[in-house]
Amino acid sequence: MKVELTVNGKDITADVEDRTLLVHFLRDVADLTATNIGCETTSCGACTVLLDGESVKSCTVLAAQADGRSVTTLEGLASDAGEMHPVQKAFHEEHGLQCGYCTPGMVMAIVSLLRENPSPTEEQVRAGLEGNICRCTGYHNIVKAALSAASGVNP
Amino acid sequence: MIPPAFTYRRASSADEAIALAAEYGDDAKYLAGGHSLLPLMKLRFAAPSVLIDLGRLPELSYIRDERTYVAIGALTRHHDVQHSPVLAAQIPLLAHTAGRVGDPQIRHRGTIGGSVAHGDAASDLPAALLALDATFVARGPSGTRSVQAAGFFKGIFETDLEPGELLTEIQVPKPAVPAAWSFQKFTKRAIDWAIVGVAVQGHAIALINMGTTPLRATAAEAALASGASIADAAALAAEGTSAGSDIHATKAFREHLARVLVKRALEEAGARS
Ligand SMILES: Cc1cc2nc3c(=O)[nH]c(=O)nc-3n(C[C@H](O)[C@H](O)[C@H](O)COP(=O)(O)OP(=O)(O)OC[C@H]3O[C@@H](n4cnc5c(N)ncnc54)[C@H](O)[C@@H]3O)c2cc1C
Ligand code: FES
Ligand code: FES
Repeated sequence: MKVELTVNGKDITADVEDRTLLVHFLRDVADLTATNIGCETTSCGACTVLLDGESVKSCTVLAAQADGRSVTTLEGLASDAGEMHPVQKAFHEEHGLQCGYCTPGMVMAIVSLLRENPSPTEEQVRAGLEGNICRCTGYHNIVKAALSAASGVNP
Repeated sequence: MIPPAFTYRRASSADEAIALAAEYGDDAKYLAGGHSLLPLMKLRFAAPSVLIDLGRLPELSYIRDERTYVAIGALTRHHDVQHSPVLAAQIPLLAHTAGRVGDPQIRHRGTIGGSVAHGDAASDLPAALLALDATFVARGPSGTRSVQAAGFFKGIFETDLEPGELLTEIQVPKPAVPAAWSFQKFTKRAIDWAIVGVAVQGHAIALINMGTTPLRATAAEAALASGASIADAAALAAEGTSAGSDIHATKAFREHLARVLVKRALEEAGARS
């Protein structure tokens, strides 16, 4: 079927199989490979992107379900001039990553969380990241990054 | 992991969805949030040849105060149930329960109607709706009918819905004392389904994962009604249940959890009201 998605502000039209998952559309059709595939079972959050501004796990959304809608991936966060998004900056400053595999999904989940709740408590950040697994950091610096992005410490 | 091949059809109205379901018959399935169906399809536990997407039916996504009850469109997402001011004031048990389903990403996609139609005894919202004596409205080619939650859940992933019938609305009576609620969910890890869970509203007690369907703890309810203490009523929480054993818990452990969680739930509901 023909689908037309706005990805990071750019319209992308393609003919795909009806069963194509959004994550495969992003990686293989749109050629945007920041979005990682971890578990493929909606559990790890590595594939998190924004659909119309809200976090979703793109391994469990069909490209057809996103047809006509707007998707933001990690690649779409930095400004046109290349300046990092406050959440990206906060990950850099707070050392919020080690291997980096979970990072694109973590960053997108936090962007969505802060849109819904611009000044969360630590507990709310931890609850808000329940759907994102990190095997390296132990989460502390990820939570710190989210809180410092929220408070504008790293604007 | 990708689902087996299927034909995707998008409905632009409830009537069109029902007509498409009638056209394709047994080969078709409705797709709401897709957060139960797509995982099952990836694992080849389900392989419908047609998916009828309900995702663009704003007419079925709403939360309306109808004086004696709150009407919720079947396509309303867990996120919207969780954050509804109407529900927070009138039926806090339901808003809270929706917020305990999965994680934020899942709640941005999954719908209350999908949860109910899926009929999983381990799901959170069906048990809360059972404790709240909700009514489900279904529409099919031959008209609209209403089914009480108490008669809706029939067996393992089996509900009273006829093939092709569309769940359109969930009607939840406003409880006499909204604050008399509690939701207890025992899990080993964040975002897991409950090993055992309990939803309490007033003296109504519903159990999650204690049988093939969500269940009312009728023995404990009867004891409360005849004046038993919370501790004595909770001791009967596992009577008449049929919990299974699996990698997460034995039947005996589930029965123990049911007794402990019902006691906590009744105490919390009592303290809140
Ligand atoms: C990782 C993960 C964790 C989860 N954790 C939990 C949890 O802790 N607690 C919990 O309760 N749930 C949990 N869920 C399930 C989640 O709540 C689902 O969103 C929900 O069960 C199904 O809703 P859906 O809209 O996604 O339905 P879909 O997956 O689209 O549909 C489910 C079934 O219902 C049918 N259907 C859907 N809508 C209708 C309708 N209006 N009329 C008739 N039939 C319909 C479909 O044909 C399908 O058979 C989890 C899911 C995942 C992937
Ligand atoms: S790859 Fe989508 S949640 Fe793990
Ligand atoms: S940094 Fe390695 S998985 Fe999170």
